Amino acid sequence: MTSIDPAAAQSATQAIPSIPCDSEGPVFREPWEAQAFAMTLALYDRGLFTWPEWAETLSAEIKRAQAAGDPDTGETYYRHWLNALERLVSDKGVADAKTLKRYFHAWDNAADRTPHGKPIELQPHDFHDHD
Amino acid sequence: MAGKDHDHHHDHGHRHDHDHGSELSETQLRVRALETILTEKGYVDPAALDAIVEAYETKIGPRNGARVVAKAWTDPAFKKALLENASKAIETLGHFSRVGDHLVAVENTPKTHNIIVCTLCSCYPWEMLGLPPVWYKASPYRSRAVKDPRGVLADFGVEVSKDTEIRVWDSTAETRFLVLPMRPEGTEGWSEDQLTEIVTRDSMIGTGLPKADEKAS
Repeated sequence: MTSIDPAAAQSATQAIPSIPCDSEGPVFREPWEAQAFAMTLALYDRGLFTWPEWAETLSAEIKRAQAAGDPDTGETYYRHWLNALERLVSDKGVADAKTLKRYFHAWDNAADRTPHGKPIELQPHDFHDHD
Repeated sequence: MAGKDHDHHHDHGHRHDHDHGSELSETQLRVRALETILTEKGYVDPAALDAIVEAYETKIGPRNGARVVAKAWTDPAFKKALLENASKAIETLGHFSRVGDHLVAVENTPKTHNIIVCTLCSCYPWEMLGLPPVWYKASPYRSRAVKDPRGVLADFGVEVSKDTEIRVWDSTAETRFLVLPMRPEGTEGWSEDQLTEIVTRDSMIGTGLPKADEKAS
């Protein structure tokens, strides 16, 4: 597979001006935020959505959160981002909410059975969960 | 949020909390679920995702470790407390989220240079050290750091005198390490903020030195 052109990240920050940045580009509070950003970049690169489409979905998620009382201090920015990513993935027919939930629980099982200090890896039996 | 993500108490009522299991936050689970699905369906390549994240590895998380080091350089009482019990000393600074119960600070001196190696598990102390560089996760680094630490240091452009003993610390689930580098000469009178700027991530892993030649503004 092709790797992502570094310029793609720049096009993202230009298309989505709300992305938290410093003088050099995007900054992240936690590793998962960078992972969510990277997935979005990769999906854009694949042509799953356009930046205007992404901006619209993200903005809808932010409005929804604000209506529900989110203080919008920037600390929750990537939570909205992740909501938007799940929504688009579902809207585009890549994975529905049920599938997302199934994998969520599988990872939870994987974490539970993995001793501290060992890398957490997903295995088939993690999908045979308790519910 | 950060504190919650890295909370390793075993008594907070997670719905299937086992005595020795690992813990991922709800957000981390959602991100992993998405990544797995997208990978399986061929929409993303994990290596390409890693490459993007690596491009931002110095832009992730707070620079807590650097601030701790700068404080130790300017406050002898804090330095003493840090070397005695790093977790406790850092906790007294108040403004940091949990750093884990078993963080150990190892001090570089003219006689001893410390390097740390670590498997990247779910409790890697990125809040202290920043995100690890890709080589740090790779097994060649681990094994070479133990067998040939001087060679590894040379690869990183770090020259350590022949008289200096090199100690390699292997992080475990119970104990994680933070290297306290030597304060560079010529930084007398610098403020804690100025000093924080020159403490690099690599200097806290032991594969680099503080940026002594770059005068902080």
